[in-house]
Amino acid sequence: MDIHLKKLYEKLLASYMTEPKEDHLYSAQQLSKWFIEKRVSPEEVINVHIGSVKRMVPELPREVKATLEMLLEVMVGYGVAYQEREQLMSRQRELEDEIEVAAGLQQTLLPEATPSLPGVDIGVISVASKQMSGDYYNFVDHGMQQLGVGIADIVGKGIPAALCMSMIKYTMDRLDAKSLSPGEILRDLNTIVERNVLPSMFITMIYGVYDSLNHQFRYATAGHEPGLIYSAREDCFTSLETKGMVLGVLRDNEYPEYVADLEPNDAIILFTDGVTEARVDGKFIERETIKSMIRDHIHLPAQQAVEAIHQKLYEMTNYIMRDDQTILMIKRVG
Amino acid sequence: MNLSVQEKIENEKEITYVVSGEIDVYTAPKLREKLLPRCQGGTTITIDFTDVEYIDSTGLSVLIGAYKAQGQTGGKLILKGMNARLQRIFRITNLNVIMLNEEKVQEDGRQ
Repeated sequence: MDIHLKKLYEKLLASYMTEPKEDHLYSAQQLSKWFIEKRVSPEEVINVHIGSVKRMVPELPREVKATLEMLLEVMVGYGVAYQEREQLMSRQRELEDEIEVAAGLQQTLLPEATPSLPGVDIGVISVASKQMSGDYYNFVDHGMQQLGVGIADIVGKGIPAALCMSMIKYTMDRLDAKSLSPGEILRDLNTIVERNVLPSMFITMIYGVYDSLNHQFRYATAGHEPGLIYSAREDCFTSLETKGMVLGVLRDNEYPEYVADLEPNDAIILFTDGVTEARVDGKFIERETIKSMIRDHIHLPAQQAVEAIHQKLYEMTNYIMRDDQTILMIKRVG
Repeated sequence: MNLSVQEKIENEKEITYVVSGEIDVYTAPKLREKLLPRCQGGTTITIDFTDVEYIDSTGLSVLIGAYKAQGQTGGKLILKGMNARLQRIFRITNLNVIMLNEEKVQEDGRQ
């Protein structure tokens, strides 16, 4: 122990022995904080205490000396535990640093910017419930003013999900997506995921191509939470079809394609189950509540709308996010 | 929320699990630990979900793992007693197509 701290302790002890005051105890508490800061082990404090007592009370009864020796012996175990804790703390800090780096890398898997398409307004928000996300989205230029949009939810959380996400990303980069239809893209992804992930891992995904020339959205789903189509004229929502097995379970699988036509001010809203399985006062949020939240913000530009919907959901769930949330909106401009 | 998993060994080839609570990212490992070691040697495993309120994707992944293991060893996995929320999740993920559940078996029987 630092000689200065040692002297301070002895002085405090001496004052307290002479005339005990509440202030001394308060100072002792402060001193213990310094001990902890300086990483002084518990048995070292006891050792200093014994030394001080012996010096200040030379006639210390033999029995009391014996009890202090016993106490010192008992505290040695605590000292070892304290050191182990220190090592664990430092290991944890290292892991946190590593996760932070991984989370930063994961961000690079997502598109840098939202693409622009004539006559279409696109907004997206993806928020991780912890540092690493299991949600993924991507945009692919199919040429001829057609934009591919993929949104996926990888089972589980954290690092395994993030590693799996990078596989999806690089597979999509290698596929010649331009020449493939949504159903074919999902079929190819499924084959690769099925071969390369652990037996229990799976991914849900929706992939669609928005054709901005005739405002048609052609899509296929792989067990993904059904998105919504908002009809401005009717002011109502219909759910997207969901006839396709999750990715990674069956080797050969077909993904049927569906088509939705959009009129001016209509919108497609895609999300992950972090949105639909959010809980308000312990109960799952109703799909009708999500629809009314979308309706309340649909007049805003798409990016503002998805941010406002997420914020509203965050407020409703008392700022508790149990799962990653992604909301993507494609709106046909009026 | 806790999860309890009760194992009932009917005989060497038939095991039933009565599960209650929520199967999520925190509780799913408990189900996995009990279930997966039994998925061998062509057993018929029935899981009773009557008292399960919720299953998340991690829970589904345990069932997929069990389904694949059962498929490789000629076993069967029967899921029964799912509430509307659970059935919806199975429908959306299309896992209802490959995983036997009692309701489906009964429906097929009626047809």
